[in-house]
Amino acid sequence: MSIGLVIRLLVLALLVAFLVSPESFAFVFEPLTKNNQPVIYNQGSLLDLTLNHLLIVAIATALATTVAVGLAILVTRPFGAEFLPLSRSLANVGQTFPPVAVLALAVPMLGFGTAPTLVALFLYGLLPIFENTLTGLTGLPPTVTEAARGMGMTGRQRLVRVELPLALPVILAGIRLSTVISLATATIGSTVAARTLGEVIIAGLLSSNTAFVLQGGLIVGTLAVLIYDGLSAIERALTRRTGQGARANA
Amino acid sequence: MIEIQELTKVYGETTVVDRVSLTIGAGELCAIVGTSGSGKTTLMRMVNRLVEPTSGTVLIDGQDTREVPAYELRRRIGYAIQGHGLFPHRTVGQNIGTVPHLLGWDKSRIANRVDELLSLFQLDPGQFRDRMPNELSGGQQQRVGVARALAAEPNILLMDEPFGALDPVIRSKAQDDLLAIQKRFKTTVVLVTHDMEEAIHLGSRIAVMDGGKLLQYAAPEEIIANPATDFVAELIGGDRPFRMLSLAKVLSLVEPGEAAGDPISAGASLREAYAECLWTGREALPVIEDGKLIGRISRNELAKCAARPS
Ligand SMILES: Nc1ncnc2c1ncn2[C@@H]1O[C@H](COP(=O)(O)OP(=O)(O)OP(=O)(O)O)[C@@H](O)[C@H]1O
Ligand SMILES: [Mg+2]
Repeated sequence: MSIGLVIRLLVLALLVAFLVSPESFAFVFEPLTKNNQPVIYNQGSLLDLTLNHLLIVAIATALATTVAVGLAILVTRPFGAEFLPLSRSLANVGQTFPPVAVLALAVPMLGFGTAPTLVALFLYGLLPIFENTLTGLTGLPPTVTEAARGMGMTGRQRLVRVELPLALPVILAGIRLSTVISLATATIGSTVAARTLGEVIIAGLLSSNTAFVLQGGLIVGTLAVLIYDGLSAIERALTRRTGQGARANA
Repeated sequence: MIEIQELTKVYGETTVVDRVSLTIGAGELCAIVGTSGSGKTTLMRMVNRLVEPTSGTVLIDGQDTREVPAYELRRRIGYAIQGHGLFPHRTVGQNIGTVPHLLGWDKSRIANRVDELLSLFQLDPGQFRDRMPNELSGGQQQRVGVARALAAEPNILLMDEPFGALDPVIRSKAQDDLLAIQKRFKTTVVLVTHDMEEAIHLGSRIAVMDGGKLLQYAAPEEIIANPATDFVAELIGGDRPFRMLSLAKVLSLVEPGEAAGDPISAGASLREAYAECLWTGREALPVIEDGKLIGRISRNELAKCAARPS
């Protein structure tokens, strides 16, 4: 086992331990509190909040992946080619919209709670996945796609057997980016009453309790690093398996 | 049989292939030569409709290629792409089995065919079948590319500079393999090359292209003896006598008698025999076939063969 893996497992174990039994770690946060403030977040279970946070991110990312990959496939087919430039610029404009603005706009339509957060995360997660899928599908070596045509594969066979498998590592990189952005952005969701780890941070800010802020921040940060890391590892394995060593850094 | 009639391809303003007509008989090997950008690849790709012609028709065994869906047409025509184009995420075996798989062959038949082809190209199946393409040398990749084109036993094989990346030794081996395969299966082959030497060695007919036009289409002897234009003559180069000699085998010029020194094989080309005479300063060489002495070949007769045919 490599040192890197040991460290990652240790960090994961520590995170789980903290979520299951936060009280045992009270001594770490003690020095950060003033005037007998509570040391550990006490307005709900940290474990519940974390799971809910992850669930929202997972749903939003799954939806964003489905839609973004589907759109990218459509605009790279011959019949969708004329929408390629348009969809590219739309996606770019989308990303210049701050997530807070998306939230603010979604609330009047969807009310408070999880729904507007999901919408914001979904919209926000689309672009990196869409961009990367486009890059992956349009950046294939021309000799390979030509060979696929020359062998007599139909359009669908080319997509499923050649184009998607070869683009997969790049698509996954987009999903990874999108997931990490969503993990961070989901904290803002608690301003519109979604149950995410943002609650902990906001509670800390409202009562000037640095310990709370740190707990929320640490959990979100650690989750992001672990997930980013795990997805990177899958990507590398895929890149190797698809025999594209040279394209690994693309 | 492939009949190409008035085939033209225009990209924007430029005519890349200009009203080319030629007929390639069944079991023939047609070598298309020409400089870079002369339209060789484009002409070849119009045969399996990877490029749709602007005008003109291609008939295969009398049938217009536009009468069948393009993907079905392509499954019947072997295609070795310029620069091999192997699927990097598939093993060598899966790559070779691509078209049989598309045609719905059963697993064991595909596996047998893959092993057969690997052996044919001097690649040990046990060692190479499950490798990924990036674990092969450039020359091995190219041979796998040709094997893949042959997998479904096509009647027609299109090859775009298939031996470009090979060193001279492997190259001439691969060329001989191709000739053997072509003779054995009576495959009609269209081979693009910019190497006149290769075209003369392999082609039963040679098509010379320049600027999208077909300048001459004839047997190698004819092209060497009577180049249609200065450009064709230039392509053949200054050593036409030696090109003539390279067309025939020693066997065709054996005479009774004896000679001293190392023998030459009856299967060698006249060119090799002449070179041997010059190099060793001999007037004649003993000729052997299957290890038996069958006569001799003389320098005088060789020199006559090198002269312009009357
Ligand atoms: N899709 C295309 N669009 C525009 N021009 C093209 C296209 N494909 C080929 N051409 C042009 O057509 C000409 C002939 O190309 P082609 O590939 O047939 O040449 P070639 O004889 O095979 O050359 P090489 O020996 O370098 O492979 C070239 O000038 C090329 O730039
Ligand atoms: Mg070419």
